[in-house]
Amino acid sequence: MSGVINPGGHVLSAAEVAAWRARMPAAFGPSGAARVWRWLGIAAFLAWLAGTLWWFDVSPQRLWNGLNGLGVIVRLMIPPSPGELWVEILQGLAESLAMAFLGTAIAATVAIPLGFLGARNLATNMLFRFSLRRVFDGMRGVDQLIWALAYVRAVGLGPLAGVLAIATADIAVLAKLYAAAIENAEKKQAEGIAAAGGSPMLVMRFGILPQVAPIMLGHALYFFESNTRSASILGVVGAGGIGLQIAERIRVRNWDGVAFIIIMMVVMVMAIDWVSQRLRRRLIGGR
Amino acid sequence: MSGMTTPPSAALAQAEAAFRALRRQRRFATMLGAAILLACLLMAGRVSEFYPSTLIAGAPRIGEYFARIAPSLEWGKFFAGAETEGSLAFWMYRLDDWGLLLFETAQMAALATLMGAVVGLLLAFPAARNLGLPSWMSEAARRLLEATRTVPEIVSALIFVWAFGVGALAGILAIALHTAGALGKLFADAMENIEMRPWDGVRAAGGSWFQACRYAVLPAAAPDLLSYAMLRFEINLRSASVIGFVGAGGIGEELYKVISFNYYEEISAIIVLVILAVVCIDLASEALRRRVIEAVS
Repeated sequence: MSGVINPGGHVLSAAEVAAWRARMPAAFGPSGAARVWRWLGIAAFLAWLAGTLWWFDVSPQRLWNGLNGLGVIVRLMIPPSPGELWVEILQGLAESLAMAFLGTAIAATVAIPLGFLGARNLATNMLFRFSLRRVFDGMRGVDQLIWALAYVRAVGLGPLAGVLAIATADIAVLAKLYAAAIENAEKKQAEGIAAAGGSPMLVMRFGILPQVAPIMLGHALYFFESNTRSASILGVVGAGGIGLQIAERIRVRNWDGVAFIIIMMVVMVMAIDWVSQRLRRRLIGGR
Repeated sequence: MSGMTTPPSAALAQAEAAFRALRRQRRFATMLGAAILLACLLMAGRVSEFYPSTLIAGAPRIGEYFARIAPSLEWGKFFAGAETEGSLAFWMYRLDDWGLLLFETAQMAALATLMGAVVGLLLAFPAARNLGLPSWMSEAARRLLEATRTVPEIVSALIFVWAFGVGALAGILAIALHTAGALGKLFADAMENIEMRPWDGVRAAGGSWFQACRYAVLPAAAPDLLSYAMLRFEINLRSASVIGFVGAGGIGEELYKVISFNYYEEISAIIVLVILAVVCIDLASEALRRRVIEAVS
């Protein structure tokens, strides 16, 4: 017999099912039009996928050969070994860390006045603020690696280019975050100082800065963490740090050295994350 | 004032002393922090060769370099043909090639996001701790995801260029690997936050583990998953635009070439195009994301 058993044991007849289908068509699955649209979407997606795979020349053969090559590389990576250049690797790591620290410090310092200029409650000139923000947006769109490559051309190979790249790329984002923090600051302190006859400079120094300083430091520490990651790869384009050494070792296929450096990089990043997280918690929590 | 043991003036002095002590302590902590910061800065400056002399020597060259990169546009000839120096068309004289490269870069980012999201989704089910799998399995899956996302994309791209040959495939796989690690973790966290009653319902009705994943977890987590994947697409577009620096395809290869050969105005032209593309896709993706999430949830 044709029918559906519901949990109560009552058997629905075919006529009842049809009646329910007429009453609540949506409960029995999508309608015809929706189904057609869904199939069209799936077909378009598959066509796009096939087209891109064909364009990028992705074939099972090529993938298989590549995976084989990768397997060979991974086997050569084990066991990771520093080779005879221990000191050089440590120097590279220290250089990366120094680049990240100095770059973040410069960006954080330059961003403070820019943040005050960009904050809505302090900068009243609409046009000025709008253009400042657009410049920030443009700078933010350029990747750190692009800045690094340009600075290598301008000041030569070495960590100086890396410091400048990190600083330039971060100024805009930090200034934006600082401006937001200043806009969100409690107004009462600032009003109090203005009412007591304080000049605008005094209002900023005693009314706003004490509120936003922990937030600003927190942001700067967070950027330091993220810059430790990026400083370790800027060397790939010649801007100093451990990246240069990893690129050199890959060029001469010194795979166990590559594996060792990658592990050291990960350890360094984790250590910095840990330290910075504790510092941040103290700063924000101990306010 | 009979209840007070100390006269007001003494209490005032006491409070004043306590305040001074506290302020001295705070000042000392601040000075100590500043001294440590200064020492770190000096050390960092030494290690990274950030000397005042090199900076002063380099500053004019930086200015000169960026001045040469800036396009020499003239308002009078702004809309003139490609032959007139100073016009927009002269600056962007290879717009067709660059446009195609940008399109290729976007396709690389899309494919890498798709591959990474699929792998990340498959690993997110074992990595989620609330789906009744043994804890060693979720720990293993989480460590695997962590390992794939801690290696920077550029480094894996450098390695993949050796294995898969120079070209877009190496870049796509490098970005996809990183994406799988990053998205897998976010996906697993989103799945851990779902309401567990649908899951219990499907299991109680006799559904298998896979059916419960399909009909209880996936629909509940879908809006979050889609939102994360589309945000990741925007991030990957930025990565794809520089991954060509190491020979892994996209507009980055062209950018590396023009910067290395000092084709000054072409540098600014390509960078402006990349920024425009990133901004357009960000805006489009944000609008799309909002609509898709409304449709799904």
